[in-house]
Amino acid sequence: MAYVAVKGGERAITNAHRWLAEDRRGDVAIPEIETDQIREQLSLSVDRVMSEGSCYDRDLAALAVKQARGDLPEAIFLTRAYRTTLPRFGASLPVETGQMAVRRRISAAFKDIPGGQVLGPTFDYTHRLLDFTLAANGETSVDRALEAEEPQAYPMATIASVFAHEDLLEPDTQTDEAPAPFDLTREPMAFPAGRDQRLQALARGDEGFLLSLAYSSQRGWGSTHPLCAEIRLGEVAVEFIPDELGFAIEIGELTLTECQMISTYGGGVDTAPQFARGYGLTFGHCERKAMSMAIVDRALRDAAAGEASAPCQDEEFVLYHSDNVEASGFVQHLKLPHYVDFQADLQLIRRQRRDYAERAAAMKEAAE
Amino acid sequence: MSAVLDLADIAPAFPDPTRGSQAVFRKVMECMARPGVIHDLAFAPDAPQGLDRAAGAVALTLFDFETLIWLDPRLRGGLAEGWIRFHCGPPLTGDPMAAAFALVTDIASAPALTAFNMGDAKYPDRSTTLVIQLPSLEGGPQVVLTGPGIKTEMTLALAGLPDGFWAQVQANHEQFQFGVDFIFVAGDRVTALPRSTRITIKGD
Amino acid sequence: MTARPNEPERYYNYAYLDEQTKRMIRRAILKALAIPGYQAPFGSREMPVPYGWGTGGIQLTAAIIGPDDVYKCIDQGADDTTNAVSIRRFFAQVADVATTEETGEATIIQTRHRIPEKGLTEGQVLVFQVPQPEPLRGLEARETETRAMHAYEEYGLQYVSLYESVAAHGYIASTVGYPTMIEERYLMSPSPIPKFDNPKLGQNPAILLFGAGREKRIYAVPPYTNVRSLDFEDHPFETQTWEEDCALCGAQESYLDEVVLDDSGERMFVCSDSNFCAERRAAGHAGPMAGHQLAALDKEPA
Repeated sequence: MAYVAVKGGERAITNAHRWLAEDRRGDVAIPEIETDQIREQLSLSVDRVMSEGSCYDRDLAALAVKQARGDLPEAIFLTRAYRTTLPRFGASLPVETGQMAVRRRISAAFKDIPGGQVLGPTFDYTHRLLDFTLAANGETSVDRALEAEEPQAYPMATIASVFAHEDLLEPDTQTDEAPAPFDLTREPMAFPAGRDQRLQALARGDEGFLLSLAYSSQRGWGSTHPLCAEIRLGEVAVEFIPDELGFAIEIGELTLTECQMISTYGGGVDTAPQFARGYGLTFGHCERKAMSMAIVDRALRDAAAGEASAPCQDEEFVLYHSDNVEASGFVQHLKLPHYVDFQADLQLIRRQRRDYAERAAAMKEAAE
Repeated sequence: MSAVLDLADIAPAFPDPTRGSQAVFRKVMECMARPGVIHDLAFAPDAPQGLDRAAGAVALTLFDFETLIWLDPRLRGGLAEGWIRFHCGPPLTGDPMAAAFALVTDIASAPALTAFNMGDAKYPDRSTTLVIQLPSLEGGPQVVLTGPGIKTEMTLALAGLPDGFWAQVQANHEQFQFGVDFIFVAGDRVTALPRSTRITIKGD
Repeated sequence: MTARPNEPERYYNYAYLDEQTKRMIRRAILKALAIPGYQAPFGSREMPVPYGWGTGGIQLTAAIIGPDDVYKCIDQGADDTTNAVSIRRFFAQVADVATTEETGEATIIQTRHRIPEKGLTEGQVLVFQVPQPEPLRGLEARETETRAMHAYEEYGLQYVSLYESVAAHGYIASTVGYPTMIEERYLMSPSPIPKFDNPKLGQNPAILLFGAGREKRIYAVPPYTNVRSLDFEDHPFETQTWEEDCALCGAQESYLDEVVLDDSGERMFVCSDSNFCAERRAAGHAGPMAGHQLAALDKEPA
């Protein structure tokens, strides 16, 4: 059969965009999904898009999820491309997760800890049975969760404060005097990476990639034998000091998931053996991501100590390949035309085949 | 190095900053790409006392809160400093080694070139760019330029440079990939000299 | 040439990037020009097109372009390839800029994988989209290592690799992204242009800017700069040649694309540079398959 040479053109692109819009809408007999439905009912998608999109805006993330037809890396990309155009007013004060209004807080290190184990809204102990009533009538009668008889402790003790008396856990280091933290959205990656750069890269990093790296670490590829000292989910206040005021004002509230992994550290010449920490933090409720991040953070700290051997301990490998916007773009760029490269490859391989045939013929002749 | 700005004394900058800085940058880029070529920035706004129009245009185009600026002592505390701080918002430094840009209006009393940042082996781009204001870009002793950006050779006859300056520029070139880069301005005019340019002093 | 009207409303800044980002890129361009062939890191931003699809080139163009510019964008040498159309449309919209397909008319030419056949001139800037700025990356995966190699001019690894190619094949079996030495100091990737285009890099009257968005690097070759494609005395650098001429315009010295005509091995060779080919045909040149439907495709308005 004959081929029609395909070259692009404005009309083709315009029409492709129309077709895409049609596919996004799906069957027009079905009501169009609204962004507030996505925000409220696909809230974990929204949380992931905010986290990896580095932009805390539930409505914007819901719009991105809708526009991307539920493709979360695409929604993350949309969010990032918008975020980068926003003006900067300055940096907030560090949020204080110790002051979090906790909805969920568990520790796998102690049976009970001050403030107690608070299970909160979690899939953990659900039986993974499809709930067909959700499909049947679109709704289930929801029994509201019971309210605790006593108010929860506030602020809820952090794992650091629990450990503080015995000096068993490496302390939080004071950052008040530190220079402005590294910002990957303004500066390219540099190595060796500081912890600020590493944590920012991990926080923006792809959940699936970090999950697999954390898993590989657990299976022995750079294991640190981590233990989940604490996971907490809840709301924290964001404070900002406007130049014209000179004092901090509260400008909003964030939902965050924080995870602290601990593992034993044998100590060194100047330090006694203690527990070292890996840290994970995400916008919204992204527990799998926060845990993975904490494990990888901990593994990379071994790399800084020159003990790297596994993929999860290799700073350049992890940080350069964790961003799904970068990775997705580059993998998918192979869809772009490579006619020129391919023509060069064709020429080369034809030449090599000719050389091969000549050599083979010469050898055959010599053998006869 | 920062005092309260008196906004009443601040003269305006580009009427259209987007268009203005783009137009200036293209001229400066052409200068850096073609050492010895002189461009005219007469379309730029007036600069305050102590700064020529071209010097002000370069500052408005390249300085901002991410660039540490070393200001010539002559400019410090004056209208020019206030104007730059208001329009560009750069942090200022008294340490030439720390500066991304140095704005020099009195080259005779400026520190030696080696006092500025030459970049490091892995990141030679982290070196200082000196913006040097002169009485004229013509009429001084001639030097011959060769190297990247120059088809055969160019001559430059900058006026007002102190004795020994070109020898310093030659030494700067000799240590390539290290080195500072230069943007020279006078009145409305601008030219540039990257570290890659070889300098022959006429009469050598 | 198509002039685009001013958009009455802008949701984004002129040329998309904010002014602070443009200044950051402009500063990197000046340093890149001052140190030819050196990869200057820059704070590459997320762009509204994916990484790997020209974000480095787009950021360079956005940082230099003004309403007086005439913009041309090519991919694989052609103005009508989809991504080139898409990027050209982007700048027509966000930068109110006139666009053209004529190489000689453009002040800024953004390109992926080719250098136009027609010689460039002093008023022009050629902006390359670069997927991988590091010429040594295929030989050494670590940036910390390759950066040190450039710092101390340790390029033995590259020569060993070329030598091994000669030993295995009898010649240097490298076809695109053929490594170049800039002013005998920095080893530079010319981006994945075919080595056919390498000789156009040196002593070019135009400014050559290279942008790698995902890898966050900018580098440059100023006009009239010495660019040497690496080779050995007994295995000198050579470029691609074809036995065929362009089927449409008969050109004998342009880079040719191979177009498959059916599934029984029929093929034709046509200029990869669509504007070069069209101008030749307009001037009366004809190849053995002149009038083939492929020639009509680039008449589509873009």
